[in-house]
Amino acid sequence: MTDALDVTLRLLAVLVAFLVLPLVVGQTEHKVMAHMQGRLGPMYAGGFHGWAQLVADGVKFVQKEDVVPAGADRRVFQLAPAVALLPYLLVLLVIPLGPGDAVGQAVDAGIFFALAVMGVGVLGSLMAGWASANKFSLLGGLRTAAQLLSYELPMLLAAASVAMAAGTVSLTGIADAFEWWWLPWQIVGAIVFFVAGLAELQRPPFDMPVADSEIIFGAYTEYTGLRFAFFLLAEYAGIVVLCGLTTVLFLGGWQGPFGGDGLGWFWTLLKTAVLAFVVIWLRVTYPRLREDQLQKLSWTFLVPLALAQIALTGVVKVVIP
Amino acid sequence: MSHGFLSPTGVEIAFVLVGVVTLGSAIVSVTTRRLVHAALWLVVALGGLAVEYLLLTAEFIAWVQVLIYIGSVVVLLLFGLMLTRAPIGRSPDADSGNRGVALGVAVAAAAALVWVVVDAFRTTWIELDGASAGTTKATGESLFQHWVLPFEALSVLLLAALVGAIVLSRKRAAEGDER
Repeated sequence: MTDALDVTLRLLAVLVAFLVLPLVVGQTEHKVMAHMQGRLGPMYAGGFHGWAQLVADGVKFVQKEDVVPAGADRRVFQLAPAVALLPYLLVLLVIPLGPGDAVGQAVDAGIFFALAVMGVGVLGSLMAGWASANKFSLLGGLRTAAQLLSYELPMLLAAASVAMAAGTVSLTGIADAFEWWWLPWQIVGAIVFFVAGLAELQRPPFDMPVADSEIIFGAYTEYTGLRFAFFLLAEYAGIVVLCGLTTVLFLGGWQGPFGGDGLGWFWTLLKTAVLAFVVIWLRVTYPRLREDQLQKLSWTFLVPLALAQIALTGVVKVVIP
Repeated sequence: MSHGFLSPTGVEIAFVLVGVVTLGSAIVSVTTRRLVHAALWLVVALGGLAVEYLLLTAEFIAWVQVLIYIGSVVVLLLFGLMLTRAPIGRSPDADSGNRGVALGVAVAAAAALVWVVVDAFRTTWIELDGASAGTTKATGESLFQHWVLPFEALSVLLLAALVGAIVLSRKRAAEGDER
């Protein structure tokens, strides 16, 4: 009985995190972008500095008509948002918040699980792009696929490097093995992982698949109402997942300068939040990359860097056992 | 502990059910007349296979299956379909006249594989209660201690395929220049 209760509580906690954290990131994005651009951002909804803006947006999306284009492939079109969103919920389940069993569900091969399931989420964009029967959507889907294929490799290689360093592929094990000098040692891998993750999420400056000035909104052009909101939510859930993974893999997870294991959850959340701020910052700072620049960055820059990081990790691991 | 076919455990029942779903989606995948739907049914079949690995305690293999086959191979397939021709609805012109031959080859290959697997693992049982036999550690140890040579041979094969792909694409580019 207590086992069932334990599992239920864990699932509930992960579900709440999944529903709340993306909205927090979204609202932060509203405000941070606004202040970086010298304006206020949403100020009215909810009273205090427009904190309820995204809730209001959600209510608006629910009220909108759910349109499926006449020429579209109905079933695939309607299924796509769920395929895009649910994988992030599953990944959130395995990201440890603190030491020991402060994790939704400990998975032995945690890195592989997280990266594999994140890759499945992209299928949702592909399905949406194809099923919409719209040439802009199809172009968006094509760009999504091309981007995923080129950025999956450096991301995996960077993750493999840190797994080699820790001698385990379990997320809890990696954060447990972390020492402060891993930061300079694995810094190249961390940057490669983070940049490739941004590209996989299609965040600016890698938002070629949804480039609104060229192909309207890529694979999501034909979507309205709640299904469109699901795609947006998937993007923000993706930010939370990417920042959480980077924190656990490269920044030591729950390890902090003081507070011990009791404050572990605080350090994890703080590092994740700082990374999420960087994600927003990059969006405001850099212009969108062109498709060929995007491919070039991955194949001629990130992949060699990731390979060099793996070589460095191997050498250090052999020299200092 | 005795192992009987007449008193299946929960895991065995789940294994059979997932197997039926996998087989069904695989059959739909080769018989459907909609190209992209075939690729999407392939996702279901490959995902079902990953669940089967998971039920056999081979956790690492299961995630790698999802990562490589669903995350990369199917995405590449869809990319290729979208680049060439992926109409919404039926595409009867994509059918080939080789249905009979294909069925024969598939049945022969399946029979050979099932025979080999049954012959090799007839009396092998996986103990579900004790330590897992398919963890990353166990998989890695057996792969790099007992199966290093096949592993390396496979990497050479992949390298050869990679070089071949580069040669083919470069040749076509050179011909394009002459025109």
